[in-house]
Amino acid sequence: MTAAPAKTQSSAPTTKAGKAADYLDQRTGIGVAVKEFARKVFPDHWSFMLGEIALYSFIVLILSGIFLTMFFVPSMGLTTYHGPVATMDGTQMSEAFASTLRLSFEVRGGLLMRQIHHWAALIFVAAMVVHMLRIFFTGAFRKPREINWVVGFLLLVLGLLAGFSGYSLPDDVLSGNGLRITDGVVKSIPIIGSYMSYMIFGGEFPGSDIIPRLFTVHVLIVPALILALVAVHLVLVVVHKHTQYPGGGRTDKNVVGFPLFPVYTAKAGGFFFVVFGVLALMGGTLSINNVWNYGPYDPSPVSAGAQPDWYMLFLEGSLRLMPGQTEYVIGGYTLSLNVLVPAAIIPGLLFVFLALYPFIESWVTKDTQPRSVLDRPRNVPTRTGLGVAFITAFVVLVLAGSNDLIATHFHMSINTITWVFRFAFFIAPVLAFWVTKRICLGLQRKDRELVLHGHEHGRIVRTEAGEYFEVHKPLNEQERWLRVNYEAHAPLALDEQPYHEDGTKNRKYRSAKLRSALSRFFYEDRIEPVTLAELEAAHHHEPHEIADGSDESRQQLS
Amino acid sequence: MKALAARRHHRFAPVVLIMLALLVTGAVYAALAPSSAQAEDAVTTADDIEHGAALFQANCATCHGVDAVGKADAPSLIGVGAAAVHFQVSTGRMPMQSNAPQAPVKPVQFDEKQTMQLAAYIASLAPGPEIPSAEAVDPTLGDPARGAALFSTNCAMCHNAVGAGGALSEGKYAPALWNTTPTQIYEAMITGPQSMPVFNESNITPEEKRDVIAYVVAQRDGTPGGENLGSLGPVSEGLWAWILGIGVLIGAAVWIGAKSS
Ligand code: HEC
Ligand code: HEC
Ligand code: HEM
Repeated sequence: MTAAPAKTQSSAPTTKAGKAADYLDQRTGIGVAVKEFARKVFPDHWSFMLGEIALYSFIVLILSGIFLTMFFVPSMGLTTYHGPVATMDGTQMSEAFASTLRLSFEVRGGLLMRQIHHWAALIFVAAMVVHMLRIFFTGAFRKPREINWVVGFLLLVLGLLAGFSGYSLPDDVLSGNGLRITDGVVKSIPIIGSYMSYMIFGGEFPGSDIIPRLFTVHVLIVPALILALVAVHLVLVVVHKHTQYPGGGRTDKNVVGFPLFPVYTAKAGGFFFVVFGVLALMGGTLSINNVWNYGPYDPSPVSAGAQPDWYMLFLEGSLRLMPGQTEYVIGGYTLSLNVLVPAAIIPGLLFVFLALYPFIESWVTKDTQPRSVLDRPRNVPTRTGLGVAFITAFVVLVLAGSNDLIATHFHMSINTITWVFRFAFFIAPVLAFWVTKRICLGLQRKDRELVLHGHEHGRIVRTEAGEYFEVHKPLNEQERWLRVNYEAHAPLALDEQPYHEDGTKNRKYRSAKLRSALSRFFYEDRIEPVTLAELEAAHHHEPHEIADGSDESRQQLS
Repeated sequence: MKALAARRHHRFAPVVLIMLALLVTGAVYAALAPSSAQAEDAVTTADDIEHGAALFQANCATCHGVDAVGKADAPSLIGVGAAAVHFQVSTGRMPMQSNAPQAPVKPVQFDEKQTMQLAAYIASLAPGPEIPSAEAVDPTLGDPARGAALFSTNCAMCHNAVGAGGALSEGKYAPALWNTTPTQIYEAMITGPQSMPVFNESNITPEEKRDVIAYVVAQRDGTPGGENLGSLGPVSEGLWAWILGIGVLIGAAVWIGAKSS
């Protein structure tokens, strides 16, 4: 049993590679695993490669990151810079900032590596988000994959943490502003806030501990956790088998696709180089985070256009939107709701919703079947609507975080923009939900129409009796399968009574009531898929259609 | 024409149109953008003042009053000095035309000589900040490192870390400094146009002003890392990451996984 392709029937390998593989196999038994893995079938669709973009940019992050650690000095010790950057010559700065300048201007390839690393970070998180959206909108998080959704969610949180800790390392003015805001947010937590701030910064902000600490978080703790969770994530994908889009012959119990080896390994391997190539190209041609423009950290200046990287921008926006009057002093203690609400409570709500969504949906659906055929987003209008509403809220916050740039670039008043976004944050998601749900229901109706009556043909035929009718072409098997093979969940009935027969209070009543109310919210408006009976009835009514592929239809088509 | 009409509904037509529109806008802007004028150390004469007064009566008096003492809707110019006039007129802000939150920059209306004459006239009414000498604003004599520190504590909060501009309240803004001449930078500091504070000699000494100019001018050489993306910081970087990075990568994924559904 060898991994190398055996040419002859004899079991002893003859080629050098074969012998080496045999050697390895006899000692580790790896052949079984390789064979098993190589035969895994993977369905083919571009949206299944979004996770791969995240994976490959993570690999690029690790490789470029290793290079950077060779030169970066994680110290807040002061030094005076003398070097090629004229605008920084003779300036006092931390070792961390000075080593970043050295890395950028004196280490060969250093600036390229820094820029690749930073672009890869932005794209890593972006790819995770896009990947997550595909999982969300297609329902790939349903049983048995809820746990993997949670693993993915943790990866996203770790991705944000990795980005934030890395962004702060150069100790420049911009990232220092970010740390200052973090400090403020931590301090806004009632009672323990100031103690926690002291703990994090090792004393009064900024202290001299934070950069070395962030360094450890950034190069050791977070990558190790991400690596471990990515392994769990991928093992679970293999264990669960990959989901697939609906289509003829695809069920919850099979996977239709190509074997991992050689088709998928070739595609995936090629794709890795595409991702690497794009990141290298961006790193080579587009400048990013030119820290020498911001200068070494100094708590006093804040420049215009001070924003965090895009994945933190929603927090910045949330802070910018919050009216400042909500700070209260109660008995000598300050309660900073103006910081606590936008920077902890609102993002907290958004993230809890994300993490728990699969469990919420399975609770209101009472669906206990394993689901491996994906949903078409239109067939789950409420989920799709909620997803779009979530994106809308997020985008409003991101735009609010960029309000000054919107103001200068579109010649608007920043005050007006802020007020518009304050309302938009509450109104736009509701509107987006409603519109999306309507669109989904409309598309479903159109699908029903198509299944029942076939494609419109635009041809009017007059019979000898003088009767007019439009010729319809029925869907083929594949087209029909796609449109009827889904389940429209109905709202759960409320099957608990407020009181037991003996007059005692029913403890389960309240949760059952909530469950049925939520279920109604999810499934009240629904379009049932066409049943066989309906299909037959429709065909009965409508004899005037072109039999697919028949001679007669060809003639009529031409 | 037929070929054009046939392609009108092509799915790339909107993209091509947008590209064309952007190109045209860019070209028009480039043609109309104010060209920078360098101040010369000219000696003013009574003749200049006379010419300046005439120009003022014809172009400015409607708003600023016949003797430049101001009116309801425009401030008095007594004591604003030659520097203020030269700054306002040579950047194209004056004579003001539209009713914007702050006098917008528009194509310059007067040549350098006329501008100097106007400045001479206003300066003759009362003493005020003067137009700096070429040496006082020469960026090669300044120290860009000291300028960087000064800029980041005094100017960056409004003008962005490298002078790419920023927003102020109610539609006002601190403009980008990419095309401002050294003389205008100096004049802006000593006259403090509109929402900008005045930086007098005790705030920032004349030598330090030259350092600031050296820093601002040094930003125009571009950045060693490639395209500067407008020097707007993380927001524009994020936009590029999404549109270019994620866009291209999803495109590649669609291409690789094209054959199935
Ligand atoms: C349409 C009315 C209008 C016209 C015409 C006009 N100005 Fe002004 N000017 C203003 C207003 C309003 C302000 C104050 C607000 C501002 O600076 O934008 C101002 C401000 C100024 C200032 C700055 C004053 C200071 O305190 O620093 C100068 C200098 C000036 N104008 C010069 C001129 C000159 C020279 C002309 C003629 C070439 C001119 N203006 C024409 C309306 C006008
Ligand atoms: C409070 C915010 C603020 C600060 C601080 C500030 N400026 Fe300005 N600056 C402005 C505004 C607003 C304008 C536009 C004024 C106008 O349009 O009349 C401006 C205009 C300018 C201009 C003219 C630009 C052009 O092209 O017309 C220059 C040059 C300039 N500032 C330089 C500086 C320098 C150098 C500093 C620091 C020493 C500085 N500014 C500090 C707000 C500020
Ligand atoms: C470090 C970041 C991540 C990496 C490297 C990664 C990688 C992958 C890969 C390669 C797959 C299989 C192919 C695919 O469907 O795209 C996958 C599947 C999956 N991912 Fe992720 N992912 C990451 C983050 C996330 C996040 C943030 C979530 C959601 C919160 C998530 C949830 C899932 C789920 C539920 C599956 C199974 C999907 C299915 O079988 O259809 N992942 N992931």
